[in-house]
Amino acid sequence: MTDTELRVSKIRNGTVIDHVNAGEALHVLALLEIDGSGGETVSLGMNVPSQTMGKKDVVKVEGRELSQNELDVLSLIAPDATINIIREYEVAEKKHVEPPETVEGVLSCPNLDCITNDDEPVQPRFDVLSEGVRCAYCETIVRDDLTDHLLA
Amino acid sequence: MRHDHLLTAKQLSRADIEAVLDRASEFAADPAAFRERHPELLLALCFFEPSTRTKMSFETAAKRLGGDIVDMGSVESSSVKKGESLADTVRVIEGYADAIVLRHPKQGAAQLASEYVDVPVVNAGDGAGHHPSQTLLDLYTIRENAGLDDLSIGILGDLKYGRTVHSLAHALTKFDARQHFISPESLKLPRSVRYDLHEAGANVREHESLEDVLPNLDVLYVTRIQRERFPDEEEYRKVAGKYSIDADTLEHARDDLSIMHPLPRVDEIAPELDDTEHATYFSQAHNGVPVRMALLDSLL
Repeated sequence: MTDTELRVSKIRNGTVIDHVNAGEALHVLALLEIDGSGGETVSLGMNVPSQTMGKKDVVKVEGRELSQNELDVLSLIAPDATINIIREYEVAEKKHVEPPETVEGVLSCPNLDCITNDDEPVQPRFDVLSEGVRCAYCETIVRDDLTDHLLA
Repeated sequence: MRHDHLLTAKQLSRADIEAVLDRASEFAADPAAFRERHPELLLALCFFEPSTRTKMSFETAAKRLGGDIVDMGSVESSSVKKGESLADTVRVIEGYADAIVLRHPKQGAAQLASEYVDVPVVNAGDGAGHHPSQTLLDLYTIRENAGLDDLSIGILGDLKYGRTVHSLAHALTKFDARQHFISPESLKLPRSVRYDLHEAGANVREHESLEDVLPNLDVLYVTRIQRERFPDEEEYRKVAGKYSIDADTLEHARDDLSIMHPLPRVDEIAPELDDTEHATYFSQAHNGVPVRMALLDSLL
């Protein structure tokens, strides 16, 4: 455990999401739909000094192990994130995020003329490109500010 | 064609396109010979936006194949007015017809519809998205006049909102074509189409001035600046009437330049050109019938 990681409390069981781009920690929580209502203890480190990234964010979620699906979605806004699954204060597993081919029900389409923004029984679906995502319906490409389009 | 639906021109291979065009040539040569080809066909026309050419040519195509149509009618007289979703509408109509031709103001509407029904869906225009059956008749017309290889084509006007342009650009990547896109800065191709053209390795150039490229063109595909697609009237006024083709414009064009337009035109092409060898737009519209006959024949 490095000094950087000690800036936020050590957790017994759960997930540590490290190497999140500085300023994105709250978006990570939004993407994972973690708002505290589930009772988890959440610790954030924002703008933490990092040798490789300059500054980074760190998110620690007590009592919850993220699924691979959640990690894949996480890759959209935190492509360099590393994930440590913690059990009894020890790192039990290390994971990396892998971009999925598609994401569904995660983002809304910014194109107001897209059929998914009408009152239709369909979840917005996006194909993941090397940079950004593309609406599977209207084909609008979103490269920047993905977090502005996170579905609540 | 091995597809269940026709949603975009991107899904078509060169072989798919050539098969439809070849079949269309057979239908065009002797339409009466195919009157009993699909007597069982009942085609649903679901037009949520106004249409003359596309709707009537699909209707004519179905009837020339021996089939018939059921027409949803205007949005105002349908259940859509009561707030019915598109998903529900097409699921109901699926029970009435063998195929659905759908025009809708929202992009992605045909994709959505195709996910809810088992009968073939033909995208007859989804907002500013795609219009693949128009592209097939455009290619048929281009092949008749200039051939589809070693082709230099200028595409002029509203490239941002022009769905016929998007579909044509995608399809031309399957052929040896140099695509010259001519538009004001504000109406350049959308990012998604640029992305696809880049991925396909298409030979593409962009221009603001037609004069730069006109002498080299085999085909000039003119489009209307579509007032109805602009979210802001002021933006429309800035570009309206920017490109207008008349006899003077064509002074430096090749004698065999073919001028096309998906129609309706407003002021993009002067009527004085209608009787010249350059004018291809009316035969282009007429080609909609045999091409759509061939398309329906391939989907059924």
